[in-house]
Amino acid sequence: MSNQQEMYEQEHHIVSPMIYLTILGALLVATGLTVWASYIDLGEWHIAPGVTLFWNPVVALAIACSKAILVVLFFMHVKYSTKLTKLTVISGFFVFLTLIGLTLSDYLSRAWGRW
Amino acid sequence: MNEVQAEAHEHPAYQRHHFETIAQQFDATNFAMWLFLLTEVMFFGGLFTAYLIMRNWYYPAFVEASHQLNIGWGTANTGVLIVSSFTMAMSVWNAQMRRKKGLVACLLLTFVLGLVFLGIKSIEYTEKYEKHHIPGFHYSMSSFLDPASDPEVHNAYPEDKPLQLDMARHTELYFFLYFAMTGMHALHMIIGIGILAYLIVRAQAGDFTTGHVTYIENFGLYWHFVDIIWIFLFPLLYLISRH
Repeated sequence: MSNQQEMYEQEHHIVSPMIYLTILGALLVATGLTVWASYIDLGEWHIAPGVTLFWNPVVALAIACSKAILVVLFFMHVKYSTKLTKLTVISGFFVFLTLIGLTLSDYLSRAWGRW
Repeated sequence: MNEVQAEAHEHPAYQRHHFETIAQQFDATNFAMWLFLLTEVMFFGGLFTAYLIMRNWYYPAFVEASHQLNIGWGTANTGVLIVSSFTMAMSVWNAQMRRKKGLVACLLLTFVLGLVFLGIKSIEYTEKYEKHHIPGFHYSMSSFLDPASDPEVHNAYPEDKPLQLDMARHTELYFFLYFAMTGMHALHMIIGIGILAYLIVRAQAGDFTTGHVTYIENFGLYWHFVDIIWIFLFPLLYLISRH
C-alpha cells in the first residue's frame, strides 16, 4: 500500500494550493479586464476596402484564450502531465483550430471583392 | 481459493486487474478522459463556428440582440464558475493528501456553486421568456423593430437604431444560437452536478482518500472543461458588441 503511494507521488506532481490560488486570482482579474475592455471602443483596422477588423472581439478572444491556457496548464495539470497527455492536448487543439480556420477562410473569402 | 486470490493480488482494491501498476491505470484513464474532452471540443466548436459566421453575416442583428443580455449576470456567473473550478482543483489536492473532510467540503462547495450558476442562468432565461425572445412561434421582434418599446435596453443603448424587418428577423438566429450554446453548456453543468452528488456520497464513505484519486482527477478535468467553454461563451455572447 505505502509502496503504491510512494509510486504515485513519484509519478504525479501534487500541485500546491498556493498555485491554485494564484491561478484563481489571475482568472478573476482577467475576467474583470475583459469586461472593462468591452466598454471601450478599441477601434478598427481597415485592411482593404470592405475588409475591416474590429479590435474589441480580438482583445476579448485573446483574454479568453489566456484564461483557457491557464486552466488547462494548472487546474487540469497538463503542465505536470506525461508527454502522451501533452501531445494529445496539443494535437487535439491543433486539429480544432485547423478546422475552424479552414471553414472561416472559406466563408470569408468565397465572395471576395463582391461585397 | 479466496485466500489464494487474495495473496495473488498485492495491489489496492481500486486497481483494476488489467493494469500493471496504479500509475499505468492513472495514465490510461487520464489519456482516455482527454480524448473524450477533445470530442467535446469538436462538438462545441461547431456551435462556435456557426456563431462566428452568422455574426459576420447578420452583424447589426447580432449586435442589437446581444444588447438584450445582462452583463452583470454574465459577469457574476463567470466569477461563480471560475471559483467552482478552484474548489474542484482543491478537491483533487485534498484527495491526493488523503484529507477526507477537506475533500467532502470542497466537493460540496463545487456542487453548490454549480447550482448557483444554474440559478442565475434560469433568471436570465426567464427574462427571455417574458420578452418573447425564445425562438419559435411566439418570438417577438418588437424590441428590434421599435427599440423605444423596450425602455430598459433602449436607455442603456440609446444609439441602437430600429432594424429593418429582414434584418430584425435574424435576431431570432442570435437567440437560437444563444440558447443552443448556453443550453448545451447548462446540460453539461447538470450532468456534472449529478456526478458530483455521487462523488460526495462516495467521498463521505472514504472511497477517495485511500490514494484512489482517478475519479476525482478525471471528473475535475470534465468540470474545468465546462468552465473553459463558458470562458469563451461569455465574451462572444455578452461582451464583444458592447462598446
